[in-house]
Order: sequence, then structure tokens, then C-alpha cells
Amino acid sequence: MSSHGSHLPGHIHVFPIWMYVKVFIALFVLMILTVAASYVDFTHIHPLGMTISPLVGSLINNVIAMTIAVLKATLVVLFFMHVKFSTRLTKIFAVSGFVWMSLMFLILLDYGTRAWEPVPSWEKFEGSALSRQKGEKAEETSVRPRQ
Amino acid sequence: MATLAHHDSDFVEHVHHQFEDIEQQNEAYLVGMWAFLVTEVMFFGAMFLVYSLYRWFYQADFYAAHHELSIPAGAINTTILLASSFTMVMAVHFAQLRNKLMVMLNLVATIGLATAFLLIKFLYEWPEKAKHFLVPGPGFDPQHLEGTSKRAWELFYSLYFAMTGLHALHIIIGILIIGALAFLWQKGAKSVTEDYIPTELVGLYWHFVDLVWIFLFPLFYLIPK
Repeated sequence: MSSHGSHLPGHIHVFPIWMYVKVFIALFVLMILTVAASYVDFTHIHPLGMTISPLVGSLINNVIAMTIAVLKATLVVLFFMHVKFSTRLTKIFAVSGFVWMSLMFLILLDYGTRAWEPVPSWEKFEGSALSRQKGEKAEETSVRPRQ
Repeated sequence: MATLAHHDSDFVEHVHHQFEDIEQQNEAYLVGMWAFLVTEVMFFGAMFLVYSLYRWFYQADFYAAHHELSIPAGAINTTILLASSFTMVMAVHFAQLRNKLMVMLNLVATIGLATAFLLIKFLYEWPEKAKHFLVPGPGFDPQHLEGTSKRAWELFYSLYFAMTGLHALHIIIGILIIGALAFLWQKGAKSVTEDYIPTELVGLYWHFVDLVWIFLFPLFYLIPK
């Protein structure tokens, strides 16, 4: 710890200004990068002569934007909020909010799998529902009345 | 003996009676602030979940709807908030060194940047949406639907106003808290001038507000096709 800045009497941990300046510059560069990346349409780029499908192109854009956002957030939390240099107890509290948030996103599993349920209005297309019995086709066990 | 050593120091430590020493007191304050920030993560987290769900369901409509947002305005506001986070952390730095003038300068700069953010939001961005009939409600009438769903557009703009509105509310509260802190520094109140923790806690709140915007900016302004 003592390698990062100096200790004043009163156990205060003071960090050099250049550390904050470097973090701010990094944040600014990442902001420029994320705006620039959003203008790139990856479906128009042909690496090795391959064509990128619109779905994959959109996925690449999303992954880049979210990766940069997470990087920026990490820099702010670690250096501006001093979590990198904080006590273990503070670290546990800081991390718990983000753990909770990632658990909450598991709710999307429900929405994502509704089309698998044998409920007619939830089916994305005829027969997208899954059978409740292993190894049998949906049609044979579906509760949906079929004509 | 330890208490004697404390009294000898130029930096007088104000350890309240329920704490063993200054380290425990500081940790208690920081953990308490983080516990509050965790509830804030839950508060905003639910809205990010709703956003993710409808973005997934109506990707094409959200893509079309986001074209009405101004990327330059969003990028300028992102830069302003990042700069305000920097001035805030500088205020904390100088609070540790007990440099009153530099603390005041940085706090005032932070309030100035926060106000600039709100002015761009309230005087340019939001009126611009109202002019194009993009405020959800009976008057909602987007001009460039081009085959996409009007209801999904309304969902996008409901989320836009709810999430950036809640964030703007946090900025307003932040300005008030930083203003109160600057007032205490100006008055020379010992609770802030001889203990950097109050300034650090206000800083933690302000960086959290910056964190929320770091995610709002790409999610609303930079949606890919």
C-alpha cells in the first residue's frame, strides 16, 4: 500500500495527483472510442473476404460498447472511489451491489424461455414449445388443443 | 499511550467514543456509504433490467427511435460528468491535505460542471424531444416511424425520460449536497476541515452518479442496428 502515495499523520492515505490525471485521460479516451465504435457498421467490413451477418455485426457493436462502459466504470470505482486501496470490508460492500445486479438479470431467463412453454399465445411459432417429457415431441404432450 | 501520541500530532483526530481508533471510524463511514450506494444500484438496476428486456424484444424499433437523440449532446455531457468526477476527486485530495482554497475551487468547479450538464439536458435535449412530439402521452407522435412500432417508440422514450430523469434528479441532489459541503468548508467548520471523510463520502455519491451515466450514454445514444 505504501508504494502508492504517502501517509500523513492521522493515517490518511494521500495519492499523487498524476494518478487521477491518468485515470481521467483514460476515461476521456474510452469515451471517444465508444462513440467512434458506434459509427462502425461491422456488416460492411469483410475480414479475410468473409461477410459478417447483421446479427453478428450488431452483437460486435453491443459487446464493444458494453465492454468500454464496464472498463470506464471499473476505473471510476477502483481509483476515483478508492476501492483499489480500501479495506476488505469496504471491498465486499462495493462488490455486493454488482453481484446482486447480475443475479437480478437472471430474471431474463424467464422471458427468454417462455416460448418453450406449451402455452399457445407464448409460442413464437407452431411447435416451438418443448415437451415436459424427455424424448417425446411437443405435439404429443402439449396441453394445447390442436385441430 | 496511544492517546498521548494522538494529542502530539499536528493533525488532531476526532475519534468518536463508539470507535476504537480513527481507522475503524473511517471504515465504518465508508462501509455505511457503500451500503447506501448498494441500494442505489438496486434502484437503478431494476430500470436497467426493464430497459434490457424491451431492447431485446423491440431491437429494430429501439434502433429507429434512438436516431432522434443527439450523439454530440450525449458525448459532451459524458465529458462534462467525467470532468466533474475528476474535480470532485481533486477536492477530496486537497481535503486530505487541508488546502481550503483548492478544495473550494474544485467543489465550485464540480457544481459548475453539474449545472452545465443539467442546462444541456433541460434547455436543449428535452425541449428538442417535445418539439418532435417525442414526449410519451396523448401528444406522442413520432415523425420518422418508417414502419416501426409507435408503441415500442413510446416505450423507448418512456424509459429515456424515466432513466435520464431519475439520473438528473440525482445530479440536482448532488449539487445541493456539494453546495452544503462547500458552505461548511467556507465557514471553516471543523467537521469537514479537520476530517476529510465527509468530502470523501460526497465524492463517492458523485462518482456513483457518474457511473450511472457511463451506462446510460451507450445504452440510449449509441444503440447499434
